[in-house]
Amino acid sequence: MSGAPHEDIDAHSGTATTGHEWDGIRELNTPLPKWWLYILYATIVWAIGYIIVYPAIPLISGHTPGVAGWTSRGAVTQELAQLTQQRAPMTSTLEKASFSEITKDERLRTFALAQGRAAFGDNCAPCHGAGGGGAFSFPNLNDDDWIWGGSLEAIQQTIQYGIRSTHPDTRIGIMPAFAQILNTKEIGQLVNHVRALGGLTTENTYDKPLADRLFGEQCAACHGDGGKGNIELGAPNLVDSIWLFGSDKASILQTLARGRASMMPAWNGRLDDTTIKALSVYVQSLGGVKTVP
Amino acid sequence: MSLWRKHQIFEKNSIFLLIGVLVVISIGGLVEVLPLFYLKSTIERVEGMRPYTPLELAGRNIYVREGCYNCHSQMIRSLRDEVERYGHYSLAAESMYDKPFQWGSKRNGPDLARVGAKYSDEWHKQHLDNPRSMVPGSIMPAYPWLGKTEVAVNEIKMDMKVLAFQGQPYSLEMIENAAKDMVTQATNDAADADGLAQRYPKAQSRKFSGLNGPVNEADALIAYLQMLGTLVDFKIYDGKANLR
Repeated sequence: MSGAPHEDIDAHSGTATTGHEWDGIRELNTPLPKWWLYILYATIVWAIGYIIVYPAIPLISGHTPGVAGWTSRGAVTQELAQLTQQRAPMTSTLEKASFSEITKDERLRTFALAQGRAAFGDNCAPCHGAGGGGAFSFPNLNDDDWIWGGSLEAIQQTIQYGIRSTHPDTRIGIMPAFAQILNTKEIGQLVNHVRALGGLTTENTYDKPLADRLFGEQCAACHGDGGKGNIELGAPNLVDSIWLFGSDKASILQTLARGRASMMPAWNGRLDDTTIKALSVYVQSLGGVKTVP
Repeated sequence: MSLWRKHQIFEKNSIFLLIGVLVVISIGGLVEVLPLFYLKSTIERVEGMRPYTPLELAGRNIYVREGCYNCHSQMIRSLRDEVERYGHYSLAAESMYDKPFQWGSKRNGPDLARVGAKYSDEWHKQHLDNPRSMVPGSIMPAYPWLGKTEVAVNEIKMDMKVLAFQGQPYSLEMIENAAKDMVTQATNDAADADGLAQRYPKAQSRKFSGLNGPVNEADALIAYLQMLGTLVDFKIYDGKANLR
């Protein structure tokens, strides 16, 4: 390995060697292929162009903005504006239309359903399920049992302000904890009574007259005399086989003794009014509208 | 060709090559990293950012400990489909009190930068206990021990002291009240909720996990998740002034 430059030409290939020699074999100093070299030069030229056109070099109090004036945040703002414009003909009609107009206009309703479906997947599905099937303490939206009302206006209000949410206009109303009001025996009677209302089996200890009296005193104010519920107060209908918090004895006992107050967030602010309108139409379509209370 | 010949110095002396490599790499660092420390435009001026409350900070520590960042990003990029799905793109200012930041680079799960106030506390609790009970197709692991593990209320003060030392605006009053504030924030209708909200604007206080008993890790983590992305008021944020 000598440091001195060599101009040693290999006789066979005509290429210069590096001057290294091992056992009589010398290393060729083959130059880079021309095509490769020119591509490298081209990328350097491209980079110079890029620096001129786009934001690139940081300076003392900012950066070189580039002659195109492009910014990533400006680009996304513009793209969103384009999207809004593209959707504008239908969106603005939807924005202005009343619910009864939407219901009558098949084209508008189809658009609302499509938009509502997309928004539902992004925002509602985690709790209510991808198909609106619900889960424990998260209402099933595929049935016709509307806790806070199934009219489009009622659904819109629920989505907008939520239920027991942090929004000042939220729907409120809770199932109180009866452990402090009633004794264990009385709560046990009511557990049986609620199961009886829902058409489920009861225990031998079930004393219907006593339970009826207790229900009338404690529960009827919200759930109604017959247990049919009250959408004004968000008190569920108990005379059906839909159980938000479970129908087994232990679950109902928990509901009665400890109370229930699940929460739905307010979407006002996070979603725009038109999206909420579309969602209302979509959500109502899931549960059907035959017997909307 | 004589210039090319000089290049042989690097090829034939490893120490020169090493020095040359260091010089080239440090140019990259100087140009790409250093300006972020002195440029005022790096962090947007926004209203509403505050350091984490003691409970949120404890939640953040759990978030880091459990490696949530391995599957969840906290960075809504300025791309149309991201903004449509998650909301306003993330600002640098929104991570100004994150050390280390939780931007993440992998999304096995959704981005969490604006998950705050999107779901109910109960959803988070059930989802942490068993993700499949809420999202049938989820591949997220379950974290059922969080609700059963107590948070060391008195230790959060140490974290805050370190962060204050690093320059975060934790006042002496905040540090002294740390343990009390943490308990307050994890209590329904707490007596000193006003004091907490004064020290940490927009702090919400309630028993996040819904479980009785002392402050547990689910309380802390859910409190943290419920505040993510909710501090900056985008109604008054001037997007045009911060185009970049």
